[in-house]
Amino acid sequence: MRDVAVIAYAQTPNVRTERTRNEVEMLMPIIDEVVQKSGVPRQEIGFTCSGSSDYIAGQCFSFVMAVDAVGAWPPIMESHVEMDGAWALYEAWIKIQCGEVDSALVFSFGRSSMGETAETLTLQTDPYTMAPLGPDAISMAALQARSGLDAGVFSERDMAEVAARSRRDALSNPEAQLAGEFDPEALLKSPYLVSPLRAHDCPPISDGAAAMVIAADDTARNACDKPVWIRGIDHRLETHQLGSRDLARSPSTALAGEKAGVGQGKVDIAELHAPFSHQELILKQALGLDDDVRINPSGGALAANPIMSAGLARIGEASRQIAGGAAQRAVAHATSGPCLQQNLVCVLEG
Amino acid sequence: MASTRPPGDDGLSAPHILEYAYKRSLGKVLSRFFTGLRDKRIEGVRTRSGRVLVPPSEYDPETGESTLDDFVEVGPGGVVKSWAWVGAPRKSHPLAHPFAFALIELEGADTALMHVVDSGDESAMKTGMRVVPRWSDETVGRIQDIAAFIPEASA
Repeated sequence: MRDVAVIAYAQTPNVRTERTRNEVEMLMPIIDEVVQKSGVPRQEIGFTCSGSSDYIAGQCFSFVMAVDAVGAWPPIMESHVEMDGAWALYEAWIKIQCGEVDSALVFSFGRSSMGETAETLTLQTDPYTMAPLGPDAISMAALQARSGLDAGVFSERDMAEVAARSRRDALSNPEAQLAGEFDPEALLKSPYLVSPLRAHDCPPISDGAAAMVIAADDTARNACDKPVWIRGIDHRLETHQLGSRDLARSPSTALAGEKAGVGQGKVDIAELHAPFSHQELILKQALGLDDDVRINPSGGALAANPIMSAGLARIGEASRQIAGGAAQRAVAHATSGPCLQQNLVCVLEG
Repeated sequence: MASTRPPGDDGLSAPHILEYAYKRSLGKVLSRFFTGLRDKRIEGVRTRSGRVLVPPSEYDPETGESTLDDFVEVGPGGVVKSWAWVGAPRKSHPLAHPFAFALIELEGADTALMHVVDSGDESAMKTGMRVVPRWSDETVGRIQDIAAFIPEASA
């Protein structure tokens, strides 16, 4: 295996509605920033891979237009996944492991404000047995929360504490969207949105984008003072039928975590892509994280959830913690599909 | 790149509706399932390990192996394994008044079907409650042939 490191990361501030900038205009400044920070000359970056969804953008081939933000002349080698940018990172990592390139630019973008996000996400459910009933993202997450509550895996109080901690941590993240001091007791007095979920258990609707440069071996060492090494990365998937899964647990996260080597050393911090409060509690258990692991110092997806970019942002935020000296070893996680259907786990070290 | 618009100018926006209408073949397993619904009968399929999947699929998600050509009639009643109360239905929802999305394990099945429960009020919902289907007036071979499940007690 080649040693591959995150050598630069940047993201836009997350906002409720990015009305005056299109995707290319959102991406250009952060791609410029990340390429400059990486120390690798733009034309020497071997591969470009992006993650986004036309369903979220409300536009056909939106990812092709986004290439304008990179600059495609002289010709570049480029690919795209209709997934969160974390999976674009996975493709780039594979490309480097195959020895085809030594560095890659990874980026992703999501303007969730363009449509009715909770209903757009219905379109990823089974088109015959589920989608015609219109299960929206919040209702599906609520089915999962009830499963965990009934199974005694967590309580509504635990969920409120996750929400309060996330939004308190977001106060020190200038790029977060939803931050503030909340009292879990007061949160529990608010009405249900879709029972058993209250508004605080759900993510904000966010527009945002993220970009990252990764590089192998000496390319990383020469370009960067503090490369953040990807020591393991793996992703696993569960069936699309919610009723065939144990929603109170996340076996796919547990398996990906094991394959990525989460348990092979002390974990200082974890950035978990948990758009709904209870999902953090399920993920924490699946990854076997102790109570002393600091979870989501960035505020996580409860503070900013640009769909298609929030997973890559977890890896980026974790790499920042290590590059900044706040952590030596971190776990980052990204999810896709309803109720944590697919999960990617990445172990990072300084 | 900084916006060229003056501060406070949010720009104009206009609705843009994308549709992508298409027809797809159901395949032999789901064809059987939906033909059954048309006839007000719910069928699952047996896996090689003996479990009954409802809704049925061509493969066993646990093993990846193909399921057997062995269809099993289940239900029509079942037990609510989880539920989410929707107090303010969306336009995309099948009922216009408050209802629950639910995972329902039908009698004789080993997995749960996602559907809706029309119980009138959240206080009538409970994990473990028994429900039965309320069929649509006209059944044509689609998941909405079951208009909703209702509490067995009120059936």
